[in-house]
Amino acid sequence: MSTTHAGARPGSDTVPDGARGTAPRRPVRRYQREQVLTAALFLTPALLVLGVFVLYPIVSAAHISLTSWNGFDPVKPFVGLDNYARLAHDRQAWNSLLVTVLYGAGVCLLSVVSGLAVALLLDRPLRGRGFYRGVYFLPAVTSSVAAAIVWRYMLDPAGLVNAVLGRLGLGGPDWLQDRWLALGALTLLTVWKNLGFNAVLYLTALQALPHGVFEAAQLDGASYRQRLRRITVPLLAPMTFFVVVQALITSFQAFDLVYVLTEGGPRGGTEVLGMLMYREAFRLGDFGYGTAIAFVTLCLVLGVTLVQWRVTGAGRVDR
Amino acid sequence: MRAGRPTGRRALVVLGRHAILLAGTAFVVVPFLWMFTTSLQTRAETYTSTSILPTSWHWENYLHAWQAAPFSQYYVNSLVMAAGIVAGHLVLDALAAYAFARLDFPFKGPLFIVLLAALMVPTFVTIIPAYAIVADLGWIDSYAGLIVPRLADVFGIILLRQYFATIPAELEDAARIDGCSRIGTFFRIVVPLSTPAFATLAIFSFLFAWNDFLWPLLVTNTDEARTIQIGLSAFVGRYGTSWNYLMAGTLTATIPSIVVFLFFQRALVRGIASTGLKD
Repeated sequence: MSTTHAGARPGSDTVPDGARGTAPRRPVRRYQREQVLTAALFLTPALLVLGVFVLYPIVSAAHISLTSWNGFDPVKPFVGLDNYARLAHDRQAWNSLLVTVLYGAGVCLLSVVSGLAVALLLDRPLRGRGFYRGVYFLPAVTSSVAAAIVWRYMLDPAGLVNAVLGRLGLGGPDWLQDRWLALGALTLLTVWKNLGFNAVLYLTALQALPHGVFEAAQLDGASYRQRLRRITVPLLAPMTFFVVVQALITSFQAFDLVYVLTEGGPRGGTEVLGMLMYREAFRLGDFGYGTAIAFVTLCLVLGVTLVQWRVTGAGRVDR
Repeated sequence: MRAGRPTGRRALVVLGRHAILLAGTAFVVVPFLWMFTTSLQTRAETYTSTSILPTSWHWENYLHAWQAAPFSQYYVNSLVMAAGIVAGHLVLDALAAYAFARLDFPFKGPLFIVLLAALMVPTFVTIIPAYAIVADLGWIDSYAGLIVPRLADVFGIILLRQYFATIPAELEDAARIDGCSRIGTFFRIVVPLSTPAFATLAIFSFLFAWNDFLWPLLVTNTDEARTIQIGLSAFVGRYGTSWNYLMAGTLTATIPSIVVFLFFQRALVRGIASTGLKD
């Protein structure tokens, strides 16, 4: 990018290199002293903060994951890949992986379906559209702690859900004490919280779609369902990719909701990778192991994102 | 639009859309209603009542909840932290964004890519070393520990950079011909023209700071330093069975976010639309 600007001397590129007596004139980047100084002045504060608290920690974390550091000692004993080897044989870690994958899959699927459904319902003019959009967004601005506290109480044996079931003559289970029900509740809570966000994303994508295609299809007699399946959904693929990646990152980074709703229980049933890392590092003082878990999580997220990118072909959107 | 269809069917479709949207609204709103209703009940009622709408009005619960835990201290801490982070983002992000949008300097492209890549890295990876640095600096249980590490963020830099790029460069050129310095044009021309972008960033930053959990959880150990979210989660442990007080506390902790949202809804939605689409 930088070369095009400086090389914008008309005609210089059209002269073949060999035709000139002197060495070919490669465009040399020349910076204006005043601009470089201003840039340095403007960038320093932000780069200082990001450098010390984000960029350096990434490098430092790579090192810590190769040690058995306890978080306090000045010495960080080097153990090589031991933490990673231990991870491969840790039954709790495999449990966390399973829990996170199930949770992530559920959140992705339900986020796409619910976000798209709400967006489709709100796409065309409707009375009260602004009201609906506002209401659906409320959970997204509520803190995870507040949301999880309310859900925890609603799912309590003395809470709303079982009270309603009781009125219908059904006995409700103790939701958060069963590992699969608790995981389901956590999934639903996450989707509930991000519904408005996903709907707004899909809504903007829908409004950017070319109208001509739909009119042509309608003239050709395509029903609403056909247009939805054959035109809308394929055209929305880039946004679906974005929503899925977003949902994946959310679930692989999940912590706040789990910490308050279930604390990872019952018996590890909702101990997602983020919770496991927190427990190993900050409860048990094994910072080296905790960082190794974090790195493996990072690789998983990047890997799944790449595969998704290839499979859905989201990269070919601009064609 | 659907001129060919009988109007009766159209009305039915609209009715159907409302029906589904209202069901969704119930799913979204019931937890909030339940929170409000419970916050006004006596403790006994929280275990027996099944009404979604309030049946008793014990407003004193709010007072008791605030006395049961140092909520006012938590509140002040959260406000100070949020104010510091919002101010930091507005200043530091804006300066860096301007450099990326308008200035030419060595390693500009690679530097921007490094920042973008850092955005992809989960907080989990960086949080342990960042915690160690803050601990070394002696910033545990202090505003410095809560604020300084989050004074700048990549999201804000990207958001503002995109906005700055839409401002015609001719405006700045004209001012510079009239003898205004580079820094002068930034403050006198770019900043005043960018108020919508600054508003969007301020809202995002406030909501992020007010709702943030993991970092404040790690760097605070005492009630004097805790933010409202940490105080709330501690309250669950201490008064876990006093649901009425818990809900009163939760509601008061949620009100600032909801107020900010209601006032600035448009800017928020616009921000999501623009940043979401750019990726």
